[in-house]
Amino acid sequence: MSDFVSDFWNLYVIVIVLASILACAVLLIVQGKATFTPGKTMGHVWDETLEEYNNPMPKWWSWLFVITVVFALVYLALYPGLGNFKGMLGWTSAGQHTAEVAKMDAAVKPLYDKYMAMDLKAVAGDKQAMEMGKRLYLTYCMQCHGADARGAKGFPNLTDADWQWGGAPEQIVETISAGRMGVMPPHAQLGGETIKDLANYVRSLSGLPHDSVRAGKGQVAFNEAGCVGCHGVDGTGMQALGAPNLTDKVWLYGSSEATITETITNGRQNKMPAWKEFLGDAKVHLLAAYVTSLSAK
Amino acid sequence: MSGTQTTYNDKVVRQFTVMTVIWGIVGMLVGVIIAAQLVWPELNFGPWLHFGRLRPLHTNAVIFAFGGCALFATSYWCVQRTCHTRLWGGPLVPFTFWGWQLVILLAAVSLPLGFTTGKEYAELEWPIDILITLVWVSYGLVFFGTIAKRTVSHIYVANWFFGSMIIAVALLHLVNSAAVPVSLTRSFSVYSGVQDAMVQWWYGHNAVGFFLTAGFLGMMYYFVPKQAGRPVYSYRLSVVHFWALIFTYMWAGPHHLHYTALPDWTQSVGMLFSLILLAPSWGGMINGIMTLSGAWHKLRDDPILKFLITSLSFYGMSTFEGPMMSIKTVNALSHYTDWTVGHVHSGALGWVAMVSIGSMYYLLPRLFGKTEMYSTKLVTTHFWIATIGTVLYIASMWIAGVMQGLMWRAVNADGTLAYSFVESVKGSYPFWAIRWLGGVLFLTGMLIMAYNMFKTMAGGKTQDMPVVAPAGHHA
Repeated sequence: MSDFVSDFWNLYVIVIVLASILACAVLLIVQGKATFTPGKTMGHVWDETLEEYNNPMPKWWSWLFVITVVFALVYLALYPGLGNFKGMLGWTSAGQHTAEVAKMDAAVKPLYDKYMAMDLKAVAGDKQAMEMGKRLYLTYCMQCHGADARGAKGFPNLTDADWQWGGAPEQIVETISAGRMGVMPPHAQLGGETIKDLANYVRSLSGLPHDSVRAGKGQVAFNEAGCVGCHGVDGTGMQALGAPNLTDKVWLYGSSEATITETITNGRQNKMPAWKEFLGDAKVHLLAAYVTSLSAK
Repeated sequence: MSGTQTTYNDKVVRQFTVMTVIWGIVGMLVGVIIAAQLVWPELNFGPWLHFGRLRPLHTNAVIFAFGGCALFATSYWCVQRTCHTRLWGGPLVPFTFWGWQLVILLAAVSLPLGFTTGKEYAELEWPIDILITLVWVSYGLVFFGTIAKRTVSHIYVANWFFGSMIIAVALLHLVNSAAVPVSLTRSFSVYSGVQDAMVQWWYGHNAVGFFLTAGFLGMMYYFVPKQAGRPVYSYRLSVVHFWALIFTYMWAGPHHLHYTALPDWTQSVGMLFSLILLAPSWGGMINGIMTLSGAWHKLRDDPILKFLITSLSFYGMSTFEGPMMSIKTVNALSHYTDWTVGHVHSGALGWVAMVSIGSMYYLLPRLFGKTEMYSTKLVTTHFWIATIGTVLYIASMWIAGVMQGLMWRAVNADGTLAYSFVESVKGSYPFWAIRWLGGVLFLTGMLIMAYNMFKTMAGGKTQDMPVVAPAGHHA
């Protein structure tokens, strides 16, 4: 695709670039032909003492100038520069990038192929594979899940045995490959009092201190407001939907009454990006094995 | 009327000269603070004194407050004396001083408050941009008005450089600052995407090329031959390097955008003109240094010449480094690293600041009716402290920059990155500490200069000097 809206601008660029480079050469040649009187001044005096010698330009300097001009003209013949003219070498920056990526991909392919052919559990037990997995993790995953993989508020801890979307190898591969969208809908319409009851009930499920009267009312609301649809009648959640288990000690956003109230009122949106297209199956395979190894420890 | 017409207007030169030293200290102090913030991040206090807001304050203060005042002072001094006439423009002359100081004050307030256009070296919001335009147009009127009423036929070479700087900066400022205001403190650039980036770096690199190079070459062409007491080495060299310099600089901007969405042809053209710039740049260095031939011994005990000649050496070094860094393959390593920061400071500290400091030391005694500075010894001390500070700064940034570039591109056998970004940050700490020390030394030199300046000013007479008749009239 051309970079220009019309061929006029293509020609404009070609003409003005060449004319500008040649103008430098012309300037140098014309001025170099002046009559020089080394050691003598030009005959003008400013501010009592300011004068100028009529010395020639240093030869080595003139040659330096010529060399850069010639280099520029040769470069423009070989590389893109003159408008739409691609240059004789056919080089592009995008092409250079593609070639470098392809070269690297080809160089590392045998290594990844070896582990791709292995069972995920076996890969997780391979020392070299886990070093690779860790490096991949530190490049692509630690920005959200942390350098120690223990997560942060809103980003799951990968070192525990608790899984939002399932911890079986094929489920982890699926999570990394296709990504996940976790949605807790907002429930502000329930009203502040009911939400406070619900928060107390949810805290009671995991054995946290709570107001038992409110928890009792909350249990009724839990069933009536549709919470059971995702979190289940017993509150143990549903991995197929990414709905967290409310009866354990693991809290993605925090377990204080205030935080739970906020979660119920405003809802939560969580996104794990899909990596298959960017990383390819082999790297996802290694990453999944690495993540598996983390929680096995 | 005839009384003021027979003297030079040195009041405005005096004002700009003193403010050059004051703003130099302020700007470099902010530089030392942000260098310290990189070594000790806990020094970031609140949003107002955060690195992100102080960094543009530093660049604006040293470029436009320190460098700008130095340019006004030296160009006003030089244009009157080499045109053998008093400055033209009447009230426009004090307006350029007070207007420019107001611009600086508004920058010092608005940048820490977070008002910014987000364009590097052009961060100031549109009302300040309009004030800059008014001051700059007045500057142009005063300068070219004075040229127009000169009493000698030839225009001295220093004035070509000052004049080209004034015209080019006006053009750059107007085109790059074009924006749609949405409130008094907020506006949006009229350009978008890669066009915006291209216009920004066309501006950005020519701010270096004209504001920080052409203008300061004008300074060099007056003060080096004056202080050396020797004629300029080659008139013809000054003609060629002047036209080649102002012509090729205009093209060099795209080298700031190598390997980006900018089309390949634009990147190539930017790189080639940057390479062609090597000879025109060195022309200025040669003409300055060779002016001293036959008078090298003066360098031994004249600290002002030391400043001027050392500045030309740094100029030559950074204008060799610049074209090299514009080559795509070199840039692939150096871009986004501290190497760029080091390169900028070899120009900013070594060239721009040193040539300005030398020129100020030339002007100060003459402006305050003295024959020399209060203490020449302190000028020498300043020279050595500034030189050591500059070398520490540049050397540490070279090492840090090349190290960062190599760490970022290093890969393991499996194709993964060998280092995380934070590891390169960790590795940079010792060099950032050395850089901070270099900055502290440079600032210390400026404080010594301020002391020397106030001592020189004390009890000095501030009479305007009579206009000298052109040489031909003596005969």
